[in-house]
Amino acid sequence: MKHTKFKRASASPRLAKCPTGIHGLDEITGGGLPRGRPTLVCGGAGCGKTLLASEFLVRGAAQFGEPGVFMSFEETDKELKKNVASLGFDLAGLVKRKKIVLDYVYIERSEIQETGEYDLEGLFVRLNHAIDTVGAKRVVLDTLEALFAGLPNEAILRAELRRLFRWLKNKGVTSVITAERGREQLTRHGLEEYVSDCVILLDHRVQDQIATRHLRVVKYRGAMHGTNEFPFLIGDDGLSVLPITSLGLNHKVSSGRISTGIPRLDAMLSGRGFFRGSSILLTGTPGTGKTSVAACFAQAAARRGERTLFFSFEESPNQIVRNMTSIGLQLEPLVKRGLLRFHSARPTLCGLEMHLATMFREIAAFKPAVVIVDPITSLLSAGSDAETKGMVTRLIDFLKAEQVTSLFTSLTHGGHSLRQTEIAMSSLMDSWLLLQDFEGNGERNRVLYVLKARGMAHSNQVREFLISNDGIDLVDAYIGPSGVLTGASRVAQAAREKAEALAGQQEAARRKRELQRKRSALERQIGGLRSEHESGAEELRRIDEQVGTQTRMLNTERHELGRLRQADAIRAKSKR
Amino acid sequence: MKAQAMNRPKLVSVRPKDKLWQLRLYVAGQTPKSLEAFSNLKTICETHLNGRYRIEVIDLLENPHLSKGDQILAIPTLVRKLPQPVRKIIGDLSDANRVLIGLDLRAAD
Repeated sequence: MKHTKFKRASASPRLAKCPTGIHGLDEITGGGLPRGRPTLVCGGAGCGKTLLASEFLVRGAAQFGEPGVFMSFEETDKELKKNVASLGFDLAGLVKRKKIVLDYVYIERSEIQETGEYDLEGLFVRLNHAIDTVGAKRVVLDTLEALFAGLPNEAILRAELRRLFRWLKNKGVTSVITAERGREQLTRHGLEEYVSDCVILLDHRVQDQIATRHLRVVKYRGAMHGTNEFPFLIGDDGLSVLPITSLGLNHKVSSGRISTGIPRLDAMLSGRGFFRGSSILLTGTPGTGKTSVAACFAQAAARRGERTLFFSFEESPNQIVRNMTSIGLQLEPLVKRGLLRFHSARPTLCGLEMHLATMFREIAAFKPAVVIVDPITSLLSAGSDAETKGMVTRLIDFLKAEQVTSLFTSLTHGGHSLRQTEIAMSSLMDSWLLLQDFEGNGERNRVLYVLKARGMAHSNQVREFLISNDGIDLVDAYIGPSGVLTGASRVAQAAREKAEALAGQQEAARRKRELQRKRSALERQIGGLRSEHESGAEELRRIDEQVGTQTRMLNTERHELGRLRQADAIRAKSKR
Repeated sequence: MKAQAMNRPKLVSVRPKDKLWQLRLYVAGQTPKSLEAFSNLKTICETHLNGRYRIEVIDLLENPHLSKGDQILAIPTLVRKLPQPVRKIIGDLSDANRVLIGLDLRAAD
């Protein structure tokens, strides 16, 4: 029993997928559209339905070796070829090589008179013939709903459509059917009731005068899929969908470290710089040298032989290159060697999603080790806080998944307060450097702090940040009773302290000499006293001797006297 | 119904009488609907065109590539190639009145 169960599970493999080759769409759908089944793509006018369908077909023929049939009810063959060619697809070539059949179906209601019963066998025959001509595996019907306008009898039409989808399934072709978005339904004529396997909804919204396209997989029978709305972009090489929110927080991490390009900044980050693949936020007021730090970082990457992609939203590439030469950074050779690429765009050029999509595409194409966004705050103006945070999250997730180290500069306005968006954004960042201006004594000076650096012991000290002709250097700032001193006042303070130290030294020497003098005077005094003391002792001894002699003499005299007087006393005394 | 329609006096022949009518009937196999359409067409032509017509029956199952030329979707479809402009009538042609209107043999009223 157990055995058969196992067997059954393995006998019914997961739904076979048909890769579209469209960036991101295959990730969302877990491999592509359901193979051998119809997929409905619906959306309003100008959403990119036809483009999605044609890219599916062209990529199928060009990349996956699956010929296709494009049956168009709206655009003529010529128009289609032209439209698709503008996206870099050689549809005409594929048609010539018999990889794709273009069939334009023309319906004009005014030319058609209806009398009695009919069916759409003609369409079937025609489609069948086209499929058989090239051995098509993929079919696009764009836009089938044109039939509703062209044919008066809806009852017949619906019955025939049902038959058509069944027929397509039996034929085993993977088909994409496009349809106009309806007001209350997904499609204007309720085509979704015939296509039950996969429904993709396209949408084009304008918010704050900026248009963004979205894609959503509404339904995908028998398969896991991302259900969110994903922004997508129509670029020079077709569609790209951004399947970013489908990623979890499970990217690999590296414990490798990379230099910032500024030795003393490395020193502040426990001596070895940032973690590879981490995200770094660099905030600062205008003119604090954010771009310069970023350029240093890029140069350091180039020195390691790694590529850097520099997204600039304020300056043109040439301007950055020129400006950086003034601080001794030669970026031009790096650009020529292909180690550095700039991508400059005005933030107002398009919506956030569009920017993000462009960035994704550039990153995927250039495969950099380091990505610099200068400044990220320019983009913030293009959307609301929540949107921006969402976008930055997706960008960081993507970069982390790719093990790309990212440096975002962020412009703060005025004073020391940090704006709300930055606080929101900082939680996404692994490291946060803060550049600040100090104004005083008629000059401005820059200082740098490491506000946070996840996973490493970092310096809590403020450093003065110097930009000179030779590049960037960090100097210890003076921290005195009157606060942090930088620039000229730091130099002045240093001089003052030097003078004070000198004066102190001299004073000490003087006092030392004086003490020495005092000591030697005392010593001399001690010597005098000691000799006095000694002479006293001598006298004492002499007196003692004198006294001894006198006593002895006295005794001797007295004895002599006694002997002379024959005194008994002495005798008696000596007898006893 | 059919006889009544044919006997109506308001019959307009918009084209010169000597002009030949070229008609094409597209079918897909010998289905009842196709046979029905053919016989209906034959009747109508005999009644109103009186020998000045030529019917060409095209079976798409045999010649699928021909469906493209006349933009055929529905089966059966009757195409009036001549006189110009091209007219298309879909269905089994059971409603003679509408066929006549479709062929410009009678003004729509």
